Amino acid sequence: MIRFNNVHKWFKDLHVLKGVNLEVTQGEVVVVCGPSGSGKSTLIRTVNQLETINEGEIWVDGVNVTDPKTNLNALRAEVGFVFQHFNLYPHLSVLENITLSPIKVKGMDKVAAEKQAINLLEKVGLAHKKDAFPSQLSGGQQQRVAIARGLAMEPRVMLFDEPTSALDPEMIGEVLKVMKDLAESGMTMMVVTHEMGFAREVADRVVFVDHGEIIEQAHPESFFTNPQHDRAKQFLRQLLTPMN
Amino acid sequence: MNYNWDWNVFFKSTGIGSEIYLDWFISGLGWTIAVALVAWIVALIIGSILGVMRTLPNKAAASFAAGYVELFRNVPLLVQLFVWYFLVPDYLPEQTQIWFKQELAPTTSAYISVVVCLALFTAARVCEQVRTGIQALPKGQSAAALAVGFNQAQMYRHVLLPQAFRIIIPPLTSEFLNIFKNSSVASLIGLMELLAQTKQTAEFTANMFEAFTLATIIYFVLNMSLMGLMSWVERKVRVPGMMGGAK
Repeated sequence: MIRFNNVHKWFKDLHVLKGVNLEVTQGEVVVVCGPSGSGKSTLIRTVNQLETINEGEIWVDGVNVTDPKTNLNALRAEVGFVFQHFNLYPHLSVLENITLSPIKVKGMDKVAAEKQAINLLEKVGLAHKKDAFPSQLSGGQQQRVAIARGLAMEPRVMLFDEPTSALDPEMIGEVLKVMKDLAESGMTMMVVTHEMGFAREVADRVVFVDHGEIIEQAHPESFFTNPQHDRAKQFLRQLLTPMN
Repeated sequence: MNYNWDWNVFFKSTGIGSEIYLDWFISGLGWTIAVALVAWIVALIIGSILGVMRTLPNKAAASFAAGYVELFRNVPLLVQLFVWYFLVPDYLPEQTQIWFKQELAPTTSAYISVVVCLALFTAARVCEQVRTGIQALPKGQSAAALAVGFNQAQMYRHVLLPQAFRIIIPPLTSEFLNIFKNSSVASLIGLMELLAQTKQTAEFTANMFEAFTLATIIYFVLNMSLMGLMSWVERKVRVPGMMGGAK
């Protein structure tokens, strides 16, 4: 579904992605983790070309997204993206946030789009908030709306860029729950996160990134119990027992 | 000062038909509004396009808009008016020149010049406000718009501009008032708007104080009403959590 072929990216002199090779298959849930500044957010943003790359190729659902001839708008319409800071449209109601792109990009009719939006809001437990504005919602609620907004385009794959990092601790659970349901429904997902509980319970594979390279990939169980690489061991130690 | 105020002057006949001096003020106010409103609409359209251009990744578009702003912001309004009225017509194609200078009524050609002048001058200022409004938005907004498959035009139309315009209503209001006040330059090329009618009344009646007092009141009331109109617009489009909107 997603394939990285020797992907390189530089920010001026800084080599942020150093020859990444990675494949995410249909229906798979892949968690990308790693220390901050490791390039994991950049990596996930290259999938729908919110970040361009300097070398290599990225294929999504059989389309080479790094080919200049590729229609990026059409591609992005099929790839859902959930941001760390939600990025809901503050001037639109919850319902309008969800229906805007189906109506404008896919040409869906308004009544159908609203019906679909309400279905999605029910799935994320926010149907009663359809007329609220984003600023009237908590962070966790905003992120759930953002997920519904992504799903409204009926994407082939969903990308999550640290979806819970900007949330208060008590709101993390409600967002992870929605993501878990989504994973169980068979959605292909690539998730950058520090939530190791989620990785352990939901992911099919954990990818550990450091200094712009994939250091280790493994089934979550073996990654957490028996990490191979020193840097992965150190990362897990810091994450699981931060005080020591 | 020994001055005999005579407020009845406005109801005296001008000597032309049954016209009284107050009619001159009403007609002057009509021209002031006709100049300012039309110029404002054009300025808003051109200024918004330029403001968007300034934020585009396309360097040529951005520098064109930047150059435009520098040109129109750094030359006095009155100089610009004289250029549009006295110089530019001489460089028009011959047919257009004859039409502009001879076939049009003098009032009409003055009207066209002053509307073009005020519109282009104000567009530069609107441009800067639109640009600031767009740049004030969090980067995540354009990323979110692109991520759902919007093209650039849709991103501006549905996501960036509706937010940017809400943010810039207060500075746009003052441009809106400015264009009404600036329209008084039209009096210098013979368009009989409010200021020109005031001067003419003062000269005809020698009641200069009354004439200018009335003009002051009319400009003041006009601008206060416009301000009221704009705050109504601001309340109308207010969204909770954005720019002073209630939570």
